[in-house]
Amino acid sequence: MTYLTKSAAILALLATAACTDTTGGLFGGGSDVSGAGIGSIDETSLEYFQASIGSTVLFAVDQSSLSGDTIATLTAQAGWLNANPTVSVLIEGHADEQGTREYNIALGSKRASSVRDYLVSQGVTDGRISIVSYGKERPIAVCSNVSCWSQNRRAVTIVSGGMGV
Amino acid sequence: MAVLYRITGAAFGLMLALVAFTVPVSAQQPTLKIDVTGGVIEPVPFAIPAFIAENSASSAIATNITRVIAEDLLSTGLFREIPKAAHISGVSNFNAPVQFADWRAISSQALIVGAVNNSGGRLTVKFRLWDVFAQAPMGEGVQLSGSPENWRRISHKVADAVYSRLTGETGYFDSKIVFVSETGPKNDRSKRLAIMDHDGAGLAYLTSDEHLVLAPRFSPNNRDILYTSYETGIPRVYLMNVDTLQRRVFSNLPGMGFAPRFSPDGGKIVLSISERGNTDIYTVDLSSGRRTRLTSGPSIDTAPSFSPDGKQIVFESDRGGSQQLYIMSANGGDAKRISFGNGRYATPVWSPRGDLVAFTKIVGGRFHIGVMRVDGTQERLLTASFIDEAPTWSPNGRVLMFFRVTSGANGAPQIYSVDVTGRNMHMVPTASFASDPAWSGLLK
Repeated sequence: MTYLTKSAAILALLATAACTDTTGGLFGGGSDVSGAGIGSIDETSLEYFQASIGSTVLFAVDQSSLSGDTIATLTAQAGWLNANPTVSVLIEGHADEQGTREYNIALGSKRASSVRDYLVSQGVTDGRISIVSYGKERPIAVCSNVSCWSQNRRAVTIVSGGMGV
Repeated sequence: MAVLYRITGAAFGLMLALVAFTVPVSAQQPTLKIDVTGGVIEPVPFAIPAFIAENSASSAIATNITRVIAEDLLSTGLFREIPKAAHISGVSNFNAPVQFADWRAISSQALIVGAVNNSGGRLTVKFRLWDVFAQAPMGEGVQLSGSPENWRRISHKVADAVYSRLTGETGYFDSKIVFVSETGPKNDRSKRLAIMDHDGAGLAYLTSDEHLVLAPRFSPNNRDILYTSYETGIPRVYLMNVDTLQRRVFSNLPGMGFAPRFSPDGGKIVLSISERGNTDIYTVDLSSGRRTRLTSGPSIDTAPSFSPDGKQIVFESDRGGSQQLYIMSANGGDAKRISFGNGRYATPVWSPRGDLVAFTKIVGGRFHIGVMRVDGTQERLLTASFIDEAPTWSPNGRVLMFFRVTSGANGAPQIYSVDVTGRNMHMVPTASFASDPAWSGLLK
């Protein structure tokens, strides 16, 4: 199974989870609205990683450095990874369309590497992390202005092994 | 009758024989000469009466061949065709004397007369080019033959010969474009490698759209290509033979590999390797597999392109703080910056003539295709749009193709062609969205 298929599988799982959540089933009957049952969320679960920590961090134009918000997210990712020591991750680096193809692959690689370096600095073993750059090949937002470009300048941490996915 | 050359090309199943023959005419010398370097504003009028079908089996193919030759010449923007309806005399016999007065009367400066014989599984095309006002032939008559399914290539070769005689430049019509064919929405784009003639005809796919593929580049042998594929999950460089579709991955390279190109002698490739977030330029010797690192340091060094003599490499780097163009020895070492204008410079490609570097420039939120001399002087921007990217040179260094992407949620790429003068920009027709064109050399 390729990484992409795996991430698609995760997305499908999350989609299912989201549907289930509206019936109050997934997180032990709790819901964000009532606030009940939050304590029962398994903070080591993949669902928690995806829904509460967040897999994606964003970057400024032509930058691969980590901002304060980004560092908070990555610190939580590192904590989750340290609690799930058998899990391995793939970090995808992406760029917006306002750059040339080759440069953007190199830039995406720097972004993914920045994230990896931070996770390693937080105690995650280097060997659990692989990186890939897609440059501008895989936008998630399709408009051609700042609102979309800012979403596409991203690194995505994808759980790629050890969770049975 | 003198045999110019005889060659066989297994690549596209072609077996061509070129034969030249002298034309018994007056001693007058042709005077028609077209300057492609920028002087031409007004296209030169020419007439190309339908090539004579020497037997009934040849009439349809003769008509098609005539049109491909005319379209090749028209695509340059250097010529204007006098329509058939305006012709005063017809040409019914290849060897009949030309009625120069009739062609002069309709201001046709050049006249192309041809004949086609399609019989016994062999297609033979002969033509003569006339300078109407000098009443003189331009060069010898030429006869080409090959198998009938290669009628397009034979047509392109006739057009190349005509173009060459009229401009003094080598032609570029008998050539291939390898590119990336794209389908699907912007956030779920599928890409596959494809190949076509310079005019968009003869489309064939080289890969499926299962894996993301990028930026194919021709070998100087016109048979092999390098490209980048995400087949294993990360970008890696592959070498494919476009006839057999056999391919191999450069599997012993570390990290992510992309932006490959051949050296002019075909013996090496140059590429970018991104390892632990740092992108540098390497060469790989194709016979020994030996890898040589040409750049180091934390900056992004990518998009390398050899000079035609193989001694230097032009590339882009952000080592000075923003993307700029640099030239270094093909063995690495010190690099000299050549771009100094406002904005970012990327994807440099050395002209096959050696005189210019074509590039992508990003300035003020717009993308441009431009050219500059190798020393960085005389920069000229040829295009402007939301995204114009990744120029590739015609075999004679007079025309560039690139891709243009429209903006917005439905934004998508198409391939365009523009003369190095900045004139004659037009879209190259493709069956789907298309990007990353790479021009072959002139086919043999």
